[in-house]
Amino acid sequence: MTSSAVQAAAVVAEQEGRPAHPRRSAATRRDWLVGYTMVAPVVLGSVVFVVVPLVAVVWFSLHDWNVLANTFVFAGADNYERMLSDQGLRDSLLASLWFSIGLVVLNVTLALFLAVLLNQKLPGTTTFRTFFFSPVVVSLVAWTIVWSFLLQADGGINGFLSLIGIQGPNWLRGDVTAMISVIVVQVFKNVGLNMILFLAALQGVPEEIGEAARIDGAGAWRRFRSITLPMISPTILLVMILTIVGSLEVFAQIAVLTGGGPGNSTTVLVYYLYQQAFRFNDFGYASAIAVLLFIIVLALTLVQWQTRKRWVFHEN
Amino acid sequence: MRTDVLDRADAADTRAIVAPGLTRERATVRRRRRWVSFALIVLMAVLSIPFVFPTLWMITSSFKPIGEILQKVPTLWPASPTAQAYGEVFRLQPFAQQYWNSLYIAALVTVGTMLVAAMAGYAFARIRFPGANALFLVVLVGLLVPSEVTIVPLFRFVNGLGLINTHWPLIVIPIFGAPAVLAVFIMRQFFLGLPTELEEAGRMDGLGRWGIFWRIAFPLARPALAAVAIFTFLKSWNLYLEPIVYLSSKDMFTLPQALTQYVDAYGGPMWNVQLAATTLTVVPVLLVFLFAQKQFVQGLAHTGLKG
Repeated sequence: MTSSAVQAAAVVAEQEGRPAHPRRSAATRRDWLVGYTMVAPVVLGSVVFVVVPLVAVVWFSLHDWNVLANTFVFAGADNYERMLSDQGLRDSLLASLWFSIGLVVLNVTLALFLAVLLNQKLPGTTTFRTFFFSPVVVSLVAWTIVWSFLLQADGGINGFLSLIGIQGPNWLRGDVTAMISVIVVQVFKNVGLNMILFLAALQGVPEEIGEAARIDGAGAWRRFRSITLPMISPTILLVMILTIVGSLEVFAQIAVLTGGGPGNSTTVLVYYLYQQAFRFNDFGYASAIAVLLFIIVLALTLVQWQTRKRWVFHEN
Repeated sequence: MRTDVLDRADAADTRAIVAPGLTRERATVRRRRRWVSFALIVLMAVLSIPFVFPTLWMITSSFKPIGEILQKVPTLWPASPTAQAYGEVFRLQPFAQQYWNSLYIAALVTVGTMLVAAMAGYAFARIRFPGANALFLVVLVGLLVPSEVTIVPLFRFVNGLGLINTHWPLIVIPIFGAPAVLAVFIMRQFFLGLPTELEEAGRMDGLGRWGIFWRIAFPLARPALAAVAIFTFLKSWNLYLEPIVYLSSKDMFTLPQALTQYVDAYGGPMWNVQLAATTLTVVPVLLVFLFAQKQFVQGLAHTGLKG
């Protein structure tokens, strides 16, 4: 629907904008002025709060800039050279990588599973949809605080586990379990969004095809794998990339749940950036990390735009 | 087609209809089908636990004395309910002030974003002016920039203006900066899909561009505006990085920041007080969600697609 509507609207707009008579050109120009006025706030805002800071962060990254010591000296590529030998940065990239992979795999799988369940049109589906979606509207920090209580060594999760005779670990104090905890808490928080996207995609799959396959003797799993999955694959790809880009920006969860620890096992790139800038006051190095983060997000977003094209095409 | 009018359980029986006379097999299929449905409902109920339990536990535990919260196996219902933690919430921090801070900042950001985004979205969709595409590209850059990337220069900028520990950066930057771009995008998409006939009628009636926008296009954009309002409000309400960077005194704090401040002298969290404070933060939004569920789900799913 979208791209044809865009074209239609563009054609209409063109006809409107083109002066039919020379007389109308004053009116046209007045229309232009209205256009400029209407976009001015957001265009100026983008320049002041996005474009200029983006250029500035590149410029800052070429400086040795400590806020406390009040030094601001041009340092060329020093900060970038430092990156190459910085174990902390390497760890944070690795932590980000693990977090992103774990989150995407778990989130997409669970979202798809829940969407398929809800799509069975069983009694109570609406209520369950509300349940699965509700954490999305719960304040992120509040959600994380509650989970941090449940994940304590003597917290609720281990209490439940002890009921079935399992001695649970101190979740937030072990390298691996802390990372798993952060991922799982985040998955339950936001999986509802992806679930809704998948549900919409599933409802777009025509039932006739599945019905025909059923009469031909295809089982439920076979029908899902050979019909449903290929038909919603563009949505899966889109959701995956949206989730990856989002996973790179995880901050509050880390800050509240683990503080980047234990050690620096959950210090993801964004948290590392925050530490460098606002704990160690090293604005120059933090700016270089920001540039790196921007390049990663840019690359992923370009892939996403390619995907979106496919997705829109598919919808038509 | 038949399947359009039949529900799924009946549709499962088409095979039995195709092979007539096998009534016993038909009954077996139906019974198995019912059993599978039951199993799936149970499965969904079990899966709901990690989604629902934390919120329920938070609400009920905020009425428990601290000893009961620390009980090994968590209980849902307080044995000896007390509202003592709620008193502490307000005694230990200017919580009412912090609540108001979050509320008025989110409200201003929401209204501001709706206006700015509706205007820009309308102009980019409807008005042909030279350079429109170039300007739209400039705006779209915001979609590529996570807030963490520009936090250092923005902090410097805000600091240079002497606006640290004020709410200005939390209000102005979201309305005009990167967070508004998604809203502009959604509004533009909406106006592109809106038929122009009504606006033409307005023009015949002698309305100018502004009149057409305010009297016709803006009111028609209510669904898109609702989506923008919901995700903008939630985004501002949940903002965490920016407040901890820009704000330093407790009476200026916003809620997410304040929630983490309920710690005892040793830095350990005061569980019951934190749970009471989080409950006060979460429940109003949750109630609004339950009443306006459709708008929430559609609005937020919409942004997921376009983001």
